[in-house]
Amino acid sequence: MDFTLAEEDRMVQETVRDFAERELGPGAAARDRDGTFDLDVYRKMAELGLLGLPIAEEWGGAGGTYLQYAIAVEEISRVCASTGLSYAAHVSLGLGSLSLLGSDVQKGTYLAPGARGQYLVAFGLTEAGAGSDAGGTRTRAAKVEGGWLLSGSKAFITNAKSAGVSVITAVTDPGKGARGITAFLVPKDTEGFYPSTSYDKMGMRASETAEIELRDAYVPDEAMLGGRGEGFRGFLEVLDGGRISIGALGVGIAQAALEASLAYAQTREQFGQKIGQFEAIQFKLADMAMEVEMARLLVHKAAWLKDQHQPFGQVAAMAKLFASEAAMRAATQAIQIHGGNGYIREYPVERYLRDAKLLEIGEGTSEIQRLVIARGLGLGR
Amino acid sequence: MQVVVLVKQVADTAARIKLADGKQDIDRQSASLIVNPYDEMAIEEALRIKEKHGATVWAVTLGEAKAEEALRTALAMGVDEAARVSAPASDALTVARALAQAVREISADIVIAGRSAADDEQGQVGTLVATLLDWPHVTEVTKLEISGSEGVAEREVEGGVEILDFSLPVVVTTQEGLNTPRYASLPGIMKAKRKEIRQIALGEDVVGQPVLAVRSLELPPPRGQGRILTDLDPAQAAKEIVRILHEEAKLI
Repeated sequence: MDFTLAEEDRMVQETVRDFAERELGPGAAARDRDGTFDLDVYRKMAELGLLGLPIAEEWGGAGGTYLQYAIAVEEISRVCASTGLSYAAHVSLGLGSLSLLGSDVQKGTYLAPGARGQYLVAFGLTEAGAGSDAGGTRTRAAKVEGGWLLSGSKAFITNAKSAGVSVITAVTDPGKGARGITAFLVPKDTEGFYPSTSYDKMGMRASETAEIELRDAYVPDEAMLGGRGEGFRGFLEVLDGGRISIGALGVGIAQAALEASLAYAQTREQFGQKIGQFEAIQFKLADMAMEVEMARLLVHKAAWLKDQHQPFGQVAAMAKLFASEAAMRAATQAIQIHGGNGYIREYPVERYLRDAKLLEIGEGTSEIQRLVIARGLGLGR
Repeated sequence: MQVVVLVKQVADTAARIKLADGKQDIDRQSASLIVNPYDEMAIEEALRIKEKHGATVWAVTLGEAKAEEALRTALAMGVDEAARVSAPASDALTVARALAQAVREISADIVIAGRSAADDEQGQVGTLVATLLDWPHVTEVTKLEISGSEGVAEREVEGGVEILDFSLPVVVTTQEGLNTPRYASLPGIMKAKRKEIRQIALGEDVVGQPVLAVRSLELPPPRGQGRILTDLDPAQAAKEIVRILHEEAKLI
């Protein structure tokens, strides 16, 4: 057993950290305040080769590992979690489903440009009535000559407006439940594909999240991603991979909360000494440091298992669950350590809390993660 | 055209360092190591020459196996080839002799080095290499243009800019303002891992005897507590600061 990162893993870490601090850091607070989704950020990330990091070189990616990708998500999210979220949705959900389920033609048409960063890819699974219950999908795909007509609406879709192509799930075989759901690739300029304006969110405000309206949007037969009826089962593995990146996002936010709190505790004075001299503060920081370490170990283990092609769903659920809750605790404690200053926007820690909350909800709520873990123990269904 | 960049791995200037036992070197095992920032500029400049005129860019370092990390970083930034020189070199002169030999073996047309290394700040190696090779040499360059077998370099001098013509081969050293080094690209990092690093082993017959030895290193004394003036309006505070600088610190 070896916990040392390989030399190239550390190079990825240092490069992305350096990039994030210099290119993403300066505008992070303003993007959050104004709710700005800045595509320039992703162009710069594309130049670095970040947007296709874990995708094979033959499909335009950097040929990196999932562990390196998790490290990149952490480093980006440590500085700007909103960017981490849009990045993770693009790579793990968008490119992840193309690389897992796509045919060679689909990979050449959509995966390669996405991996090179020519555009972002969105993943449209969630609906107003189909959140945790993804089997409750109501968007319909009706068979017509040479293709399908999609109609319905998707909710809370990351990168929906900007994505060059969206993966959309729809019911092709009503009455078959989850086995009647099929995925389709819908390019941005498809007639009848209407993304709405971005939501005004509590956190992750610099990440684009919108609804998608589908009104008889026609896609050809070749747009089907994976087999007919496999839109749900096929995505379970994609969602497992997505959980690793949400875990990495949580580690990034928790790490940022720890660093901000440590720096504050070493400068802020009360009762004639630095507040970091008080055990009450030291204990909080010790707990934060411990939880960051634990969350990171879980995320790295899940990513490592995925890289080894071993079953990783159970550990990915644990990593996602623990890291998102650790991020919430770290952000809450960071605000407490900052006192009144923590509650105002001049300091970054209130943003960490607003951003962290999403992690307990998106890509499978904490409750769903607990169900997944319990089922892994042989409980429930 | 062959462009050789001389690269040194140094301790991260932003991190705290410890001295090794014997105090003759820093503890390189515990230090976080980076590519010397001036050498990153040298890499960037070499890559720009390559992109403009076509060239093979080499990164060359002298050091133990760990120093290959610096070469991998250079490769990830886009350098074509890398070589590590191992030699019994310790001072600037022996290091320069070893590197000059590597430059000869690669048949370089242009050598670019940082103006100095962030660790010892001696700033001798580039100049010594040029001297040993008997090549033209421009130090602390802020602008570099190559055309054919000629080149023009600019340097900042007191109150103005000095513009120098030279012919190749040449050794130049970099100065702040020359360029902003690019990030290593992620595909570059993956490719750098697979790249073979040329090993150049040199003996005492090439590098000779050192003429300088480090007797001991001392860490700077820890900085004392700052002083905060309170209960003064801006005008009074300014007056008080001037008084302190003049009477206590004797700086003005």
